[in-house]
Amino acid sequence: MSVIKDREALLKLQDKAKEKINAETCRILICAGTGCLAGGSGEIYKKMCELTSGNKDVEVAFGPEIAHKDGTCPGASVAVRKSGCHGFCEMGPLMRIEPMGILYTKVSPDDCEAIYHKTIQNGEVIHRLLFEQDGIEYQKQEEIPFYKKQTRLVLENCGHIDAEHIEEAIAVGGYQAFAKALFTMTPEEIVKEISESNLRGRGGGGFTTGYKWAQVAKQKEKIRYIVCNGDEGDPGAFMDRSIMEGDPHKMIEGMLIAAYAVSAQEGYIYVRAEYPLAISRLRLAIAQAEEKGLLGENILGTDFSFQLHINRGAGAFVCGEGSALTASIEGNRGFPRVKPPRTVEQGLFAKPTVLNNVETYANVPMIIERGAAWYKSIGPENSPGTKAFALTGSVKHTGLIEVPMGTTLREVIFDIGGGIKGDAEFKGVQIGGPSGGCLITPHLDVSLDFDSLKKMGAMIGSGGLVVMDSNTCMVEVARFFMNFTQNESCGKCVPCREGTKRMLEILERIVAGKGKLEDLDLLEELALTITDTALCGLGKSAALPVLSTLRLFKDEYIEHVVDKKCRAHNCTAMKRFIISPELCKGCSKCARNCPVGAISGRIRESFEIDTDKCIKCGACEDACAFHAIHVEG
Amino acid sequence: MKYLTVNNRKIAFDNEKNLLSVIRKAGINLPTFCYHSELSTYGACRLCVVEDDRGRVFASCSEVPRDGMVIYTNTPKLQHHRKMILELLLASHCRECTTCHTNGECQLQKLAQQLGVSYIRFQNTKEQVPIDESSDCIVIDANKCILCGDCVRTCDEIQGMGILNFAYRGSNMRVMPAFNRKMAETACVGCGQCRVACPTGAITIKQNFRQVWEALADPNIRVVAQVAPAVRVAIGDKFGIPKGKNSIGRLAAALRRIGFDEIYDTNFGADLTVIEESKEFVERLTKGEKLPLFTSCCPAWVKFCEEKHPDLVTHISTCRSPQQMFGAIIKEEAREKKEDTRRTMVISIMPCTAKKAEILRPEHFTDGEQNIDYVLTTAEVTRMIKEAGIDLAEMPSEALDMPFGLASGAGAIFGVTGGVTEAVIRNLVGSNRMEDLEAISFTGVRGLHGMKEATIDYQGRKVRIAIVNGLRNADILLKKIESGEVQYDFVEVMACKRGCISGGGQPVPIGPRTKKARFEGMYNIDRAAQMKLSSENPIVQTAYAGILKGKEHKLLHNEK
Repeated sequence: MSVIKDREALLKLQDKAKEKINAETCRILICAGTGCLAGGSGEIYKKMCELTSGNKDVEVAFGPEIAHKDGTCPGASVAVRKSGCHGFCEMGPLMRIEPMGILYTKVSPDDCEAIYHKTIQNGEVIHRLLFEQDGIEYQKQEEIPFYKKQTRLVLENCGHIDAEHIEEAIAVGGYQAFAKALFTMTPEEIVKEISESNLRGRGGGGFTTGYKWAQVAKQKEKIRYIVCNGDEGDPGAFMDRSIMEGDPHKMIEGMLIAAYAVSAQEGYIYVRAEYPLAISRLRLAIAQAEEKGLLGENILGTDFSFQLHINRGAGAFVCGEGSALTASIEGNRGFPRVKPPRTVEQGLFAKPTVLNNVETYANVPMIIERGAAWYKSIGPENSPGTKAFALTGSVKHTGLIEVPMGTTLREVIFDIGGGIKGDAEFKGVQIGGPSGGCLITPHLDVSLDFDSLKKMGAMIGSGGLVVMDSNTCMVEVARFFMNFTQNESCGKCVPCREGTKRMLEILERIVAGKGKLEDLDLLEELALTITDTALCGLGKSAALPVLSTLRLFKDEYIEHVVDKKCRAHNCTAMKRFIISPELCKGCSKCARNCPVGAISGRIRESFEIDTDKCIKCGACEDACAFHAIHVEG
Repeated sequence: MKYLTVNNRKIAFDNEKNLLSVIRKAGINLPTFCYHSELSTYGACRLCVVEDDRGRVFASCSEVPRDGMVIYTNTPKLQHHRKMILELLLASHCRECTTCHTNGECQLQKLAQQLGVSYIRFQNTKEQVPIDESSDCIVIDANKCILCGDCVRTCDEIQGMGILNFAYRGSNMRVMPAFNRKMAETACVGCGQCRVACPTGAITIKQNFRQVWEALADPNIRVVAQVAPAVRVAIGDKFGIPKGKNSIGRLAAALRRIGFDEIYDTNFGADLTVIEESKEFVERLTKGEKLPLFTSCCPAWVKFCEEKHPDLVTHISTCRSPQQMFGAIIKEEAREKKEDTRRTMVISIMPCTAKKAEILRPEHFTDGEQNIDYVLTTAEVTRMIKEAGIDLAEMPSEALDMPFGLASGAGAIFGVTGGVTEAVIRNLVGSNRMEDLEAISFTGVRGLHGMKEATIDYQGRKVRIAIVNGLRNADILLKKIESGEVQYDFVEVMACKRGCISGGGQPVPIGPRTKKARFEGMYNIDRAAQMKLSSENPIVQTAYAGILKGKEHKLLHNEK
């Protein structure tokens, strides 16, 4: 690979790369996101490579030198590519075939042969692999409601390009925004453009990115750092991971623009160690960008230089907090520190630091390319742009989605997500993970943006959306999140360290059926102190899931405490297994299956369960052939 | 001048570094566990929270005061938060206050009483861990730790050692040495500054007074006490005696009533040290070898040098510390005096926890015998006096025993940073004229700075002197010496900030006023002293002519 010497050469390379892709009459993009890889997409990739290797017009790796290896111009070629996450994880492993735009879902290695012979060689569509909803079969990815209702800007290339080859990113316009910034704009103009776009940090706080950059740019200290927060730790959230895996160059480009805008010389990407694929893709991306002269010394022939490093996290949720993150990069214990001084003044190595998250940086190139005015035309004025959400829980189509800010929950859950799974009813959604709150039916038409959600006592957070139905116990949800925060509390400040522990104890007591009414008051008291006095953002928001469920589902808490009942039949301690005498045939199968001997009775007469002895394992219910055993409570 | 409003009162402020200082200036003593002006702002206890006019709650220790701020310090919301924080701390804390070493001095206990915490609604579910008694100087009981991190920051930021740090996460977090080591297995120098910083009974002094009580009760043991310079300005702390007042006379009276047979002055040992160290210094200066000469009085410093700068150990003076010189003489005398059949036991009363380890070092043995049997800290002696039912404030002022109760003012100022240097310079200059003494005190040796420099003329030669206190400062200086960036002839190091007056064994808590009073107290003793030079001490002269004759090296120096 050769170094790109100037802007002209970058444009030429783009054309060449585009030409190369266009020359491929058929591209097979196999999703190699973490979800699909777990579903076996690695094997599918191998199989497809094997199948196509006999075809002389097929190439598996990307690179102009291969295209011309036997001196022939590849008139018709088939390319097999590993792409990043398509987002439709529920239906994985996914395979997209271009230029037809066919999306095959739930592909297994056994399907590969059929795909190759029928679709690739004969253009035949395999119907059983197509996505189907409400009796309609969708051949093209873009027509599937899950995708149709989305606005994919940040995730534009995820699933469409090979994330392991920089030329693919360059072919779709990668680094052009950076080149525009570098050659046609001054650093001040870039900061101004970003400020005008009103881009707000996608990591949770929603702080104005342009303001942050401006603050760093005006510091006296000349050594500055650019840090990318890829320590995405919210349970169920994977937006940043998908960007890092699927389109790492977009984010690197954003960081480059930031570095040029604030005159930083060095940058760090802090990625959690639980994202090995993201780390290896980023490593590859950085190495390739360095080879191309897009990172390192004298970038694109100018005197702008920027070194980019990867720092692996050590598994602490709190390291997603700015000051804990910089402490961790410095090699210290991941403790948040008091502010001031703020990160923009004294961040990494006590130098002015721009710290943004992955999605924020990925938004930057398009703002530079298409302008702040265009960006502001998407979504509400105070929260422009799009937001990626990880849609999980009791929704039909889970996965990674991107919608304009201001989209309603109803659109997200019912239009994109396809509604609630099974026949349960919608109950609520937990938004913003362990730092967020609950939204319920009356909130379905609330606009999803920073300010509206804050008013509802919730927050966008990093963008986790967990949909809950009537089978979800809200006390258990609160306990789950409290357990998470308590485990992840760094232990520095008293309210978070001791308070979350006590809140968890109380919640555990309640779901175990041992709660008292005054526990609810104590929960609230603790929650208020933690929220008001904790040191960092993690602590301050630790009690939010409890406060929000207490406010919206107080009756459920009271049922647990007073009636010892869980209406969602979720809390094991409150379950009671009962044999209906009218259905029981007295076969004794349940008694024989009970591991603790809690069931007794006489043959051909109705049996009984001793609730004190019962350990609520459910073995009897499974064993009964007459459905005579049911659960109460 | 800028103004902000605290509880509806306008308060002027200038360049206070945080809001907490402004509030305290206004006479409101907001409680804190983790805020210390000499340490970095940690912001973890959250007790100093205040509320502004918009209802925003934040910690005042980490907030910059701004003109026009409107602050409330005692709203119902804040009262609730503070009580809740204390309740949470107490819930995970050992609550056997009555049998705790720190009973009555514990800041947690004091605050719980002050804020009226009357109930604790949570069980202590924290895993109880064994007490670490492995160190000769301090004891760590993690079950009483409230994780304020004061010890961690003191050990790192002031002493540059970093022996203690946090391990584990969240509610399992603990303060301990790295790799789950016991204190004795670490490079800990035993300075005890962590104990001074600790607001609870989690870090305490290794107690030796039980053994001393037993010795005092035994008629076959002659118990000899020596009192270190810095003890006399701190022993009165817990008896309502004004801070920094010299209480040596009262202490002598109390010790006699407790049963000590003879009570002497470590300052006498200090006088010997001055003479020996001066001799050694002149010798090295003449030969031009092993310069700079480092002082050897502070055992924490000696250990620090061994651990962190082993190449410079040969620069440390071979002189024994004053307590060891004293002990060696008493023991030698006892060995020679056959008519007294009692066993002689030497007890040092010291402001220092590291001295407890010093007495066990083999080079401080003479003829295989320990020079000092036990070291009691000022805090332990305070307990003994109280236990005996004696009120120190009510004691008459009695003289120390002779002959070793006589000392010069130069020996007295050993207890404060720069004191050893000043005493040595006096000896080198050899004049007791007021103007000469004053000139010495103005060379830059006095004062509370962490690093001081002085230059004196000695026989036509410029002698460059450095004085440091706090081991981090020592570390910085030693690194500069090693790199050749600076050159000195004489370097005095005291491990504790300000010197022995803030030693690890002194009564706590100490605020800025106490620190200042003790500092001034030391120089007041010198001012009142009849003899200003160590060599003027007639007992010193007698000793050189008698007991020390031919044995100076054996008794006063360490075999190296």
